[in-house]
Amino acid sequence: MVETDRARARPAGPGNYFRSVGVIVWKDLAAELRSKELLGAMLVFALLVLLVFNFALELDLPLRQAVAPGVLWVTFAFAGTLGLNRSLALERERGCWEGLLLAPVDRSAIYLGKALGSFLFMAIMEALVLPIYSALYNVNLFQPGLLLVVLLGSIGYVSLGTLLAAMAIQARTRDVLLPILLFPVVLPVLISAVNASAGFLSGAPMDQIWPWLNLLIACDVIFVAVAYMAFEYVVEE
Amino acid sequence: MLRERESATRLALTGVAALLLLAALGMVFGYAPREAVMGEVQRIFYFHVSSAWVGMLSFVVAAVTGGLYLSRRERYWDLVQVASVEIGMVFGLIAILSGSIWARPVWNTWWTWDPRLVTTSVMVLVYAAYLLLRQGVEEPERRARFGAVYAIVGVITVPITFLSIRFLRTIHPVVIGSGDASALGGFAMTPKMLETFLFSLLTFTVLYATLLVYRVRLALRADALEARRSALLAGY
Amino acid sequence: MSIRAVKLGKSFGSRLVLRQLDFEVSRGEFVVLIGPNGVGKTTLLRILASLIRPSFGQVWVEGLPLPQEAAQVRRQIGVVSHQSLLYGDLTAEENLRFYAQLYGLDRFGPRIRGLLDQVGLLSRQREPVRSFSRGMQQRLSLARALLHDPPILLLDEPYTGLDPQGGQMLDQLLQGVASQGRTIVMTSHDLQRAAPLGDRIDVLSRGRIAASFHRGEFPMDRLLSLYQQAVAAHG
Repeated sequence: MVETDRARARPAGPGNYFRSVGVIVWKDLAAELRSKELLGAMLVFALLVLLVFNFALELDLPLRQAVAPGVLWVTFAFAGTLGLNRSLALERERGCWEGLLLAPVDRSAIYLGKALGSFLFMAIMEALVLPIYSALYNVNLFQPGLLLVVLLGSIGYVSLGTLLAAMAIQARTRDVLLPILLFPVVLPVLISAVNASAGFLSGAPMDQIWPWLNLLIACDVIFVAVAYMAFEYVVEE
Repeated sequence: MLRERESATRLALTGVAALLLLAALGMVFGYAPREAVMGEVQRIFYFHVSSAWVGMLSFVVAAVTGGLYLSRRERYWDLVQVASVEIGMVFGLIAILSGSIWARPVWNTWWTWDPRLVTTSVMVLVYAAYLLLRQGVEEPERRARFGAVYAIVGVITVPITFLSIRFLRTIHPVVIGSGDASALGGFAMTPKMLETFLFSLLTFTVLYATLLVYRVRLALRADALEARRSALLAGY
Repeated sequence: MSIRAVKLGKSFGSRLVLRQLDFEVSRGEFVVLIGPNGVGKTTLLRILASLIRPSFGQVWVEGLPLPQEAAQVRRQIGVVSHQSLLYGDLTAEENLRFYAQLYGLDRFGPRIRGLLDQVGLLSRQREPVRSFSRGMQQRLSLARALLHDPPILLLDEPYTGLDPQGGQMLDQLLQGVASQGRTIVMTSHDLQRAAPLGDRIDVLSRGRIAASFHRGEFPMDRLLSLYQQAVAAHG
């Protein structure tokens, strides 16, 4: 059989690196749009958490506004683990994970692709939760400052989460292991995010909020760097 | 011949640790003065802080051996890491418990949200997560790699956690416990107290080293046993 | 020499799976690796595929040493496993496009169509892989492995789960691939199925190559008894 058009494999280069990252993200999004399993699960889960909090904390209005940041981030943290687990579990069926490892791409490109994909899933979930939360708790969450915090917090969360999820799914206790591994080490992100959110929501002056934003950004940078470098040790054999 | 020599060093270390521990106990109850405000219960402080210190030392050792394992791939570093984590976890728990016992009569509460205490608790949780991670991975090489990575991640994030909690406490003073964000129970240390304190630190460090030596030895033997068993089963 | 392994050894913890294994495959040769289950065929293949590091010894693929040149080696090999390595929610065409881009290929449209035609799946290209039968998934997996035109093809028990018809189709496809001059290493635990395909049959037993037979050297029944002898002698 004769090949009519032989495709050439490009030599490794920065163009191919980012192309690989991009195509992994595209693939995760496309697969998820078809099955809609993950987003549905994340959304339902987040809503359930919100409802439970509402009934567990029968609060009057000012107290509701005071606990809003905490409740919000707890919701994100729990629903986020679903996204992380799913993103990596998707690769496990039919051995697709090996398909990725067999490709002549840097392992860090796989990390970035998966992390970015998880980040997008988390962002979609947050975009759906925020308006619902605003309505349920009678708090306006659509302030630029708060949205910035949500963005930064999600970056920190997902960067460590992707690394740890890659470990967790290779273990026998895969479903329960990720939250156990992630929560103790992602605390600085959560603490900073909650406090920065609280600052924005209560209209505190910027010089009170800046330290928390700085800490959040510092965490993001450190976590992404550490996870980026450690990833290859987690996926090699 | 080598084993004879090792044995002697180990016994010597054990002896030294035991003597130091007895001496430290003597100092804590006999030599150190009674604290003016808190009374006798303050004496817990010496072992409380020393335990926390060992917990943190183990943490750093775990991370360092993690880095060593990833770069050299020698199984020995992995064994030292597990040993350090196990010991660190126990001492971390002792620190938390002793802190609790100390807090009760002084502030009438079982728990204070003191940054160092909270960080120690987070550290213990990271330890526990580490052990659960290892438990869930069957293949020894992968288990070692994952442990190494997680220990390194832990040693980077826990200090940041401490800083963020401490910063939180400076803007939200703790209602229960000391108003000073950085001291669980502030009291002035007299020279005798300081000496007792430093001696306790030394004692606990030697105790840590002794336990580490024994635990690593146990791990090495378990390894050797497993190797013999596999060889026998494979028919050699 | 397309593939070469010298005194290759692999241990998992204290369990030694491969030991002192010597293995050579010339360019264009089709070697079938036979052995009982659990003997280490998959391990050897995964080492060649750069997925596992060897514990001892040395191995070269297309002259490139592993694990140092793992990234380069991956360009030279295509792997078909007993798992299809395909995304169920994506269509056949989307799967191939994904892998084509991952491998850094240009102008891959015509190539994808060509490969789909070769494996007889062109008419199903817009259907999700989830709806494919096992045989169809294996054929698509083969197309995926050939996307970047690798000189070496590694197959790990590809006939697992195939019905006789699917098996026949795979036979034909593999013969076609072999005639293109690619080096092929295939593992199997089914001697009767796999023997007619290969230029050479290597028997893996107790961590090393116990015996090697060339095509046509022996008739099948003799081959079977020789195989059993080799396995019995070594373990």
